[in-house]
Amino acid sequence: MTPNKLPRRAFASQKGAESRGRLAAYAAHALLAAFFVMPLVFMLASAFKTDEGQLLRDMNSLSAFLPSGQLGWENFTAVIDGTPFLLAFANSLFIVGLTVTIGILVNSMLAYALARLRFRGRDLLLAVVVALIIVPFEAIAVPLLLLVNQLPWLDGTIGWLDSYHVQIIPFIANAFSIYLFYQSFVTLPKDLEEAALMDGASRWRIYWSIVMPLSKPAIATVAVLQFLARWGDLLWPVMAVRGDTFATLPLAMQTFFGQFPRQWGPVMAFAAMATLPTMMVFLVFQRWFVKSVISSAIKG
Amino acid sequence: MKMTASVSLRGIRKNYDKGDPVIQGVDLDIAEGEFMVFVGQSGCGKSTMMRMIAGLEEISEGELRIGNRVANDLPPVQRDVAMVFQSYALYPHMTVAQNMGFGLRMAGQSKAQVGQAVSRAAESLRITHLLDRRPKALSGGERQRVAIGRAIVRKPKVFLFDEPLSNLDAGLRVQMRLELTRLHRELGATMIYVTHDQTEAMTMGDRIAVFDKGVVQQVGPPMSLYQRPANVFVAQFLGSPRMNVLPARVRVEARNAVITVEGLGEVRLPAPGVAFNPALVTHVGVRPESLEVGGAGGWRLDIGLVERLGESTLLYGGVAGTQAPVAVKLADTGQDWEIGARLNMRPRPGSLLVFDAQGVRIGEV
Repeated sequence: MTPNKLPRRAFASQKGAESRGRLAAYAAHALLAAFFVMPLVFMLASAFKTDEGQLLRDMNSLSAFLPSGQLGWENFTAVIDGTPFLLAFANSLFIVGLTVTIGILVNSMLAYALARLRFRGRDLLLAVVVALIIVPFEAIAVPLLLLVNQLPWLDGTIGWLDSYHVQIIPFIANAFSIYLFYQSFVTLPKDLEEAALMDGASRWRIYWSIVMPLSKPAIATVAVLQFLARWGDLLWPVMAVRGDTFATLPLAMQTFFGQFPRQWGPVMAFAAMATLPTMMVFLVFQRWFVKSVISSAIKG
Repeated sequence: MKMTASVSLRGIRKNYDKGDPVIQGVDLDIAEGEFMVFVGQSGCGKSTMMRMIAGLEEISEGELRIGNRVANDLPPVQRDVAMVFQSYALYPHMTVAQNMGFGLRMAGQSKAQVGQAVSRAAESLRITHLLDRRPKALSGGERQRVAIGRAIVRKPKVFLFDEPLSNLDAGLRVQMRLELTRLHRELGATMIYVTHDQTEAMTMGDRIAVFDKGVVQQVGPPMSLYQRPANVFVAQFLGSPRMNVLPARVRVEARNAVITVEGLGEVRLPAPGVAFNPALVTHVGVRPESLEVGGAGGWRLDIGLVERLGESTLLYGGVAGTQAPVAVKLADTGQDWEIGARLNMRPRPGSLLVFDAQGVRIGEV
């Protein structure tokens, strides 16, 4: 063995180990990705299969993930024509859209007060907000139901059940959103706000014109998380809503799903259409997750 | 309407809930149109003092007047002051023009008025071509100009600068120093400038206020502070290399003062009229450039280090009993200085300052 062969061989074996390691990592990633993607593929593929018998047979094999056999839009048209899908979709959009939009405003305002204003009880309030994050909704669902059942509404009636506002108002304030905004606001350079103060901006103006535009990543995160939580929520609509008028998509799908004989094709078409907005919201907001606009403005 | 105002500080104190007071009673008058520099080390209270003038910090005690109004409780915008921050604090999501016009928009001016004021200020700072850019697309120097532009646009009576040049490289700092001085001349507004850089303080200020531990140690024109510092702190803060302060004894013999420094020996200086009590002297101070070398007699220093800077040469030597080495600054004459060689030196008459045990200057020889 010549003296310089040894290091070369050592180098080659190190390189081999590296590429094997990378291969293993890719395999693990691919497996994980498949784990998350396959159910979606299954749902989409099944939604287009118009022969119910074929669909059931495919479920026992890999064909379940492939758009094979008779394909068409019939399942979708069946859902749109034969179920209150469109009403539920509109209800979901209205309820979730309003909850998320008002939630972003209200929660960020409280978070700004906690992050920047000095007032008595501020630390306690912050501790309470953090503590509230760990309380699961299931723990407060029944007391909340009893509460909203006794509350008056603008038209003079008592009880909020079976309405839009019963599905919106209890979910506007959200401890986790407040905490996310708080974390984002405390890291904003104070100089910017002081400069605005010197420029004659009021607290409200600073919040609206300086702090919020610089907190797009936090707004996007809160919007996506809240959207996902509200869009997929079934427990509260089941408790607080009767009938189709105010039902959201999960509730309508639950009703549809429970009918016999169960038609898997239309069920999958329903699920596919219900999932679509979630994906769109994520695509719209995801670039903000990684983007930070602050770093560049401070110092040269 | 006059575009300048005086600033008067009377017994200003600043306490936080915990710890020692940050400002311990400052009395200072800044005249209309004056360029006043607050200088001192980090944590000396100079920035806090400026922030109190700006209205960003509450004043715990004392009275602040801007013009003829007591401004203690006025919100920042009503004080007629504008501030340039060390970090520039430009709004990252706005263009340069929007950054500069933000204050005027807050004041309810019309779009046309804001646009006019912004382009006037941009012209005077030569940043018109940058108006549509965002701060992140600007260099450090350009951001600095925009920050100054944002202050100018509002036509304040008092400008506050909080270490505005400290993030710039050395070359740009010199250029901006000149530019700020020009701006002061053109605008004629009162300017208060905080820095820890003594070169900036010496070159820009009409007067300098030297801060230490929340107290103004001395106020005056730069050269007067340099030549006649009130105490050891001021003496050593201004000047580079700093003033040599040595433990010494002084006695008067006939019409001469004899200064004895342990480790350097005696030096005899003519002192026709000594106006201080020699018995009180514990330290003497002499600037490196005020030491003459050569000849016989005088202090003897062993050269420990030679630094040739081109136009001048610095010689350093250790003295027993003092931590900092003694520095001598000489015009470069091409002479070679050997490390270890012994140097005879003596202060120029009139340039030796004498300090008492409290570090207060009590006279000069």
